Amino acid sequence: MSVIIGFIILIVILVLIFISMYNSLVQLRNQVKNAWSQIDVQLKRRYDLIPNLLETVKGYAAHEKETFQNVVEARSKAMGANSIQEKSSAENAFSGAISKFLLVVENYPELKANENFMMLMEELTSTENKISFSRQAYNDSVLFYNNKIEMMPSNIIAGMFNFTKETFFEVENKVERENPKVKF
Amino acid sequence: MWELIQSNKRKSWALFLIMGSFLLFMGFLIGEFYFEGGGVFGIIISSIIWIIFSTISYFGGSSIILGISNAQEVSKKVHPQLFNIVEEMTIASNLNKMPKIYIINDVSPNAFATGRNPENSSIAVTAGLLGKLNRDELQGVVAHEMSHIVNRDVMFMTFAGVMLGAIVIISDVFLRSLWMGGGSRSRYGKKSGGGQAQLILMIVSVLFAILGPIFAQLLYFAISRKREYLADASAVRLTRYPEGLASALEKISGDVNALQKAYKATSGMYIVNPLHKQGMSVTDISSTHPPISERIRILRSITGGAAFIDYQLAYAKIKGKTEKIIPDSVISQKEKVEQKTLQNTFKIDSDPKDIQRQIGNIMMLANKYLFISCTCGLKLKIPPDFGKDSVECPKCHTINKLPENDIKVAMDIISEAEI
Repeated sequence: MSVIIGFIILIVILVLIFISMYNSLVQLRNQVKNAWSQIDVQLKRRYDLIPNLLETVKGYAAHEKETFQNVVEARSKAMGANSIQEKSSAENAFSGAISKFLLVVENYPELKANENFMMLMEELTSTENKISFSRQAYNDSVLFYNNKIEMMPSNIIAGMFNFTKETFFEVENKVERENPKVKF
Repeated sequence: MWELIQSNKRKSWALFLIMGSFLLFMGFLIGEFYFEGGGVFGIIISSIIWIIFSTISYFGGSSIILGISNAQEVSKKVHPQLFNIVEEMTIASNLNKMPKIYIINDVSPNAFATGRNPENSSIAVTAGLLGKLNRDELQGVVAHEMSHIVNRDVMFMTFAGVMLGAIVIISDVFLRSLWMGGGSRSRYGKKSGGGQAQLILMIVSVLFAILGPIFAQLLYFAISRKREYLADASAVRLTRYPEGLASALEKISGDVNALQKAYKATSGMYIVNPLHKQGMSVTDISSTHPPISERIRILRSITGGAAFIDYQLAYAKIKGKTEKIIPDSVISQKEKVEQKTLQNTFKIDSDPKDIQRQIGNIMMLANKYLFISCTCGLKLKIPPDFGKDSVECPKCHTINKLPENDIKVAMDIISEAEI
């Protein structure tokens, strides 16, 4: 009798461990998804910010039309991109255009006195940071999730329920990883 | 990150149990001291004290601490940059909810974090910190505070501090009652039988009452110091830029202003201990923080990457010890984390007068002052209890209407980011 009870208790404990491991895998997978969507949120925010910034700067640097045009074009290209491949190269081009734009703006010290401009610059700086931090956080969660899938004992459950490894976010273009260099 | 949280939680529980049993044992000894079989009674009383203290600190701890530190909760418009930086660090550390932001009305630069869990946490910085640090430095400080929240140090240190307080109070009351009148002691002594055993018990309990608090304090301090290093290491990993925090620590420790509302109970929570900033070159076992100069040296000698292993290597190099700051399970993950080389430096004023004015403005904004600019260029600063709906400019005598809602200028066109 006592053997049977002991056996039942053992099974119950095993099932509980099984459930908690499964749940933690699901939780981690969701975290990876969340982190990925955060990158999108920040990229969208950058789209919103740029027109305002251009509007403010236009009055001060009217003859830099070409640079502005490049930024606008790169922005709409990035917004219109569909496939992941296309998207990442368009975003890279957009970042490049912004960097160039910032270099040009640097030549207009009068802008620093414009509160509106400074505020938008802070927002742009922060958004660039948020983009890189959200990629960083995504890679963090992917690293942990992939480790869990590989390691005993959670790998057994991962194999049973088809949890597959996620890929890391890698920036192909090294320059893009650095923030636009703004110095006043 | 997650392994670190897990290992920290385990350690917190271990310390919690050690200090808890310590407290109960002390209650037992003191109870036995007064009358035979009083041990149970002593345990009950000491656990009641402990439970009351813990409950208060769990639910009200943060607000009490923020209250006595003179901190005010602020919205984004008071200091957009601070708000942005906290958002950035929230994203980097994968938290679901951004901590609340408080500004302390003080010109001395310092900061602390509080809260019972990451969902209910707050970061408080002084106005002086905002005025004196540039963006990268501020980011380093916020990252350090965020690490305390992520590593669950905040709740742990509060509870450990509360338990320490309970131990100190119990032993204090006990020793005092001995000095005042040994009434119960003489009654105890008159009892016949087992005299020697009782004498030993008496000596042990007095010794315990004297040494107990000291021991508990040293344990608390040792762990607190270790967690400061750990938070520095985590901050480097979050920002990927050790120089930001290093130069912030340098500025904070070099500042001549002393924090106004600094208490012994809260001093351990700040990024730099406000009670003894100077004269901290030697490792002091009764200090909650490692010497700042050492923290800076470690940060500056990090080479290669910004991963935990890189901090551990720098720590070993500076301290010459093999002591583990970061648990092995965390380091063993072979992660490659590159340092950032160039950050945005976005600070233009460095003139001390400008900085003073800025700090003053931050304090006024935090206190809900309203800033409006008159047509003549003068900036009018209106106190929150002004009471009228228009104000006359002292320079050009134009009557300026007060806007219904606070400064709206460009904030409206910036769509709020969602976390």
